[in-house]
Amino acid sequence: MTTGFVLDLASWVLMIVGGAFVFIGGLGALRMPDFYTRLHAASLTDTLGTISLLFGVILQAGLSLAAVKLAAILIFLMLTGPTAGYALANAARLGGLEPSPKNQGEEAQ
Amino acid sequence: MEFFGLFNYWAFAVLLMTGMYAVISKANLVKKLIGISIFQSSVFLLYISMDKVEGGTAPIIQAGVSDVLYSNPLPQVLILTAIVVGIATLALGLAVVVRISEAYGTIEEDEMQEMDRE
Amino acid sequence: MITLFGVFLLTLLMITAFGIVRAQNLFAAVMLTGIFSLQMAAIFFILDAADVALTEAAVGAGVATVLMLGALALTKDKERPPARRRWLQITVVVATTLLVIYATFDMPRLGDPLAPVHQHVAPWYLSETTRLIDIPNVVTAILASFRGYDTLGELFVILTAGIGVLFILANGSSKNVRPTGPVAESAGLRHHLVPRVVGRLLIPFLVLFGLYVQFHGEYGPGGGFQAGALVSAGFILYALIEGEKAALRVLSFRVLAGMISAGAFLYIAVGLAGIARGGKFLDYSVLLNDPIAGQHLGIILIELGVGLTVTGVLLTIFHAFAARGQKS
Repeated sequence: MTTGFVLDLASWVLMIVGGAFVFIGGLGALRMPDFYTRLHAASLTDTLGTISLLFGVILQAGLSLAAVKLAAILIFLMLTGPTAGYALANAARLGGLEPSPKNQGEEAQ
Repeated sequence: MEFFGLFNYWAFAVLLMTGMYAVISKANLVKKLIGISIFQSSVFLLYISMDKVEGGTAPIIQAGVSDVLYSNPLPQVLILTAIVVGIATLALGLAVVVRISEAYGTIEEDEMQEMDRE
Repeated sequence: MITLFGVFLLTLLMITAFGIVRAQNLFAAVMLTGIFSLQMAAIFFILDAADVALTEAAVGAGVATVLMLGALALTKDKERPPARRRWLQITVVVATTLLVIYATFDMPRLGDPLAPVHQHVAPWYLSETTRLIDIPNVVTAILASFRGYDTLGELFVILTAGIGVLFILANGSSKNVRPTGPVAESAGLRHHLVPRVVGRLLIPFLVLFGLYVQFHGEYGPGGGFQAGALVSAGFILYALIEGEKAALRVLSFRVLAGMISAGAFLYIAVGLAGIARGGKFLDYSVLLNDPIAGQHLGIILIELGVGLTVTGVLLTIFHAFAARGQKS
């Protein structure tokens, strides 16, 4: 169980977990009944999916310039992804789309 | 891998005709402009697919490393200028559409022809 | 492995194109076009075209989406569904697709090193760039020095497009404008805290990155066009957050016009300086005593000119669209 092997295993686990979260987010964006719940499911890919995937790739890159660049990309995505989700929800609210009170299907198209 | 060897060009054919379909069959002017932009992007795909060399890398010469295979830089130069010219013409087209919509009140082509006939 | 990834991306691209054609809400079609451009940029990167991928991402997925949204805000949002099925058009399109696919069977397969396109001029460029110009990025060397005329022509195409948009749209707002509700009320996003804070954090880094891309175009992917698109994207973000009038106070139309003309003048001045020093038009080797240093100086100056003009034109076009929608 050398350090290299542990790092490799950790990075693979993180990347698979990240991929799984992206898939779950996409599935939720398709299957949720209301616009706001769909947005909430899709924002899962912005946060957990991105963090896990990028940390997995950083562990693969080791201590190098590429890891610093990947960390910078991660910070940038953390700043802009949730902001985009907020702007989307705000625009829908201003446009008059009301969150449906119960889970009725196809109401708020 | 013969199937995948030509897949880029088949994707080019499909995208070309999708853009063309949007231009010739949609009556909305903005849809036509978007169709033209898809048409242009498919031509970019054709050129850039032609420049790839198997086992090559991006044509940025790494100092001190010899015997590296580089991909062809020439189509990339052509497409670089084409992308920016494409967006310039898109902007002009959108400006004309805005003026048309102000003059006619609509951007559907058949409604405009109706208005012209009256 | 990369081949499978490329095939997957291409399939996704075709599905996105179908979605764009079928979408009846034009806002959704514009968003899908942004996604289309981003996927194109990823495919270009897989096919080893780093410069082109950067340009497509910055210009196609960034600025083009904003321009189309600006035009949509001034016209209608939805498309009327077609009255009847267009059988003739569908037949023509499908027949032409099959014809083009049949024609592609003659092409060499992807990545073939013996293809005719790799045989004539390309190996000359790859080997002579180190000897004649000595910069690592071959694409910038070809764009700026070996084929400088084409870049000059393209600069003037962009300039003409900017002037054209100004002619068409800048006569103040007109009477029939119907902007959609919330866009007309708030000037910018004054009341929304989160985009303002994040935008203020990001704009300096955007402009800084644009400047980095401008001056490092010789050592890595970059150059004038990408830098122009990035810097103008930064200023467009500022205009979206703080409002149109505040952005015009930062860079007024007069300053933008000055930037556009200064870029074009700089390019021509470098060309004429080549003649004045005894060479031909756009010959950089005679600008300084050492021909390679002269090439470096020429490339930096004309890339600066291209960056200035592209920034000015993209910002002018955006402001022309935005100013049209405001009732004065």
